Amino acid sequence: MSLFLETLIGGLLAGTMYSLVAIGFVLIYKASGVFNFAQGSILLFSALLLVTLHEAGLPFVLSAALTMLVLIAGAVVIEHTVLRPLANRSPMTLFMATLGLSYVVEGTAQGLMGAQVHALDLGIEDVPIFFGDVLVSQFDLIAATTAGTLALVLALLFNRTRIGISLRAVADDTRAALSIGINLNRIWQIVWAVAGMVGLVAGVMWGARQGVQFSLSLVVLKALPVLIIGGFTSIGGAIVGGLIVGAAENLAETYIGPFIGGGITPWFPYVLAIAFLYVRPAGLFGERALERV
Amino acid sequence: MTHPTSTIASELLLDVRSVSLAFKGVKAISDLSFSVERGEICALIGPNGAGKSSLLNILNGVYLADSGEIVFAGEHFHRIEPLEAARRGIARTFQNNALFKKMSVIDNILAGLARHTASSFLAQGLRLPSARREEARLREQAEDILAFLDLQPHRHVVVGTLPYGVQKRVELARALVGRPTLLLLDEPLAGMNAGEKAEMSGFIAAINRHLGVTVVLIEHDVGIVMNLAGHIVVLDYGRKIGDGTPAQVRASPDVIAAYLGTRH
Repeated sequence: MSLFLETLIGGLLAGTMYSLVAIGFVLIYKASGVFNFAQGSILLFSALLLVTLHEAGLPFVLSAALTMLVLIAGAVVIEHTVLRPLANRSPMTLFMATLGLSYVVEGTAQGLMGAQVHALDLGIEDVPIFFGDVLVSQFDLIAATTAGTLALVLALLFNRTRIGISLRAVADDTRAALSIGINLNRIWQIVWAVAGMVGLVAGVMWGARQGVQFSLSLVVLKALPVLIIGGFTSIGGAIVGGLIVGAAENLAETYIGPFIGGGITPWFPYVLAIAFLYVRPAGLFGERALERV
Repeated sequence: MTHPTSTIASELLLDVRSVSLAFKGVKAISDLSFSVERGEICALIGPNGAGKSSLLNILNGVYLADSGEIVFAGEHFHRIEPLEAARRGIARTFQNNALFKKMSVIDNILAGLARHTASSFLAQGLRLPSARREEARLREQAEDILAFLDLQPHRHVVVGTLPYGVQKRVELARALVGRPTLLLLDEPLAGMNAGEKAEMSGFIAAINRHLGVTVVLIEHDVGIVMNLAGHIVVLDYGRKIGDGTPAQVRASPDVIAAYLGTRH
């Protein structure tokens, strides 16, 4: 029983790391109907920039603040050069644009900051803690707290500020939002900037775990099954989807793995996602059909 | 009965000049001209497909007219973008409500104040004093509109769950809260029973009289229109066939023929 609990809890906590990545996708998808393939490279870029600044001798907080300023500027530039000229094009056009954007962002990151692996030490000791006889990773616990806090902050921004109201209005009915004077371009800039910040948090957590390196941008692929399961339009869905994926892959590795030679973790979430596509194509909390992807 | 061109510009709020619009070769509006004076209620009537909704869509920038121009508050436009229209004080409601269905009534109305928001996202997120003062002021405006349209009991209800007639009033409130100069209403009484219609037309008259908002509306219920509007423009197949006071329009043989169909 304690092995089951340990596997489950470990999986759930690790799953919040996936949620962190997925939330960035949900924000942009909700506000503009764009599946932003560049989210992974933005995540990598921001983590790499923070580490590079930090290694150059700046304090951690200042590095983070500077990185955020760059993310805001980046959001404005992307809105002007990519989103605005392509407004009202098909979702596939926009998806292809973000695919191109991901290469531009990654190339810029590599050109400016090189391709070495950087260690990122957040001062979290990755020693396990015992709750009764259940073993829990301290790092996972902190990652889960971070994801929870982030979701809470976003919920407050969306529900308690007037720009949050505008954001929800755009997500609900873009045409009506325009007709009452909501500035769509401004909303896109804000959403991309906020998604960039979310990417930064995710990048820092992932970077601390496996080093800040170019393979970080591949966490996008981990977010896909999370989005399919949780739904593309719900932050709550991204959290729950992450938990499901984390728990499922951990349980599968422990209980099915031994019979088929292990190595289940990388592909099991996709099998699960396909199963969800059969039963609930919009995901657990999603509203729109997936044709907008 | 068009207004003479010598009319002083300041009296005219809206002047539609020779506007035409076609969809893939099919004429929706042909060389249409009419003007709306500041402070009046002007009704657009005519059979289905007469081009009424298309005209409203041109006025707030959803459609681009093929030719002609719009003069609003003394400024000339060939095309006015929806955002620009809202900023200049042109508000509208839609034929099939375009509310934010998953949001509460008060949030829908607050969304209508977006163009009056000066504080930044950051200031709002951090709840800086300036942002909080603005918030309080705008909430007060929203509460005023809630009271004016008798929507207080529904303040925190999610709009999608409200009855249709109440939703129409919420949409009106959202359009009104931004203090527009010109309010465009696309069939504000559609789908309502007699009691709701009387109530709604009372609200429209009150908006016009007490808030000084100029109203252009589309409505099929001719009985109500004749009482509510001081100025009626009749369209048929995208052409104007009548323009004047209710009495003038009612007496016009062209209008009787086309609208009531007596000669067909």
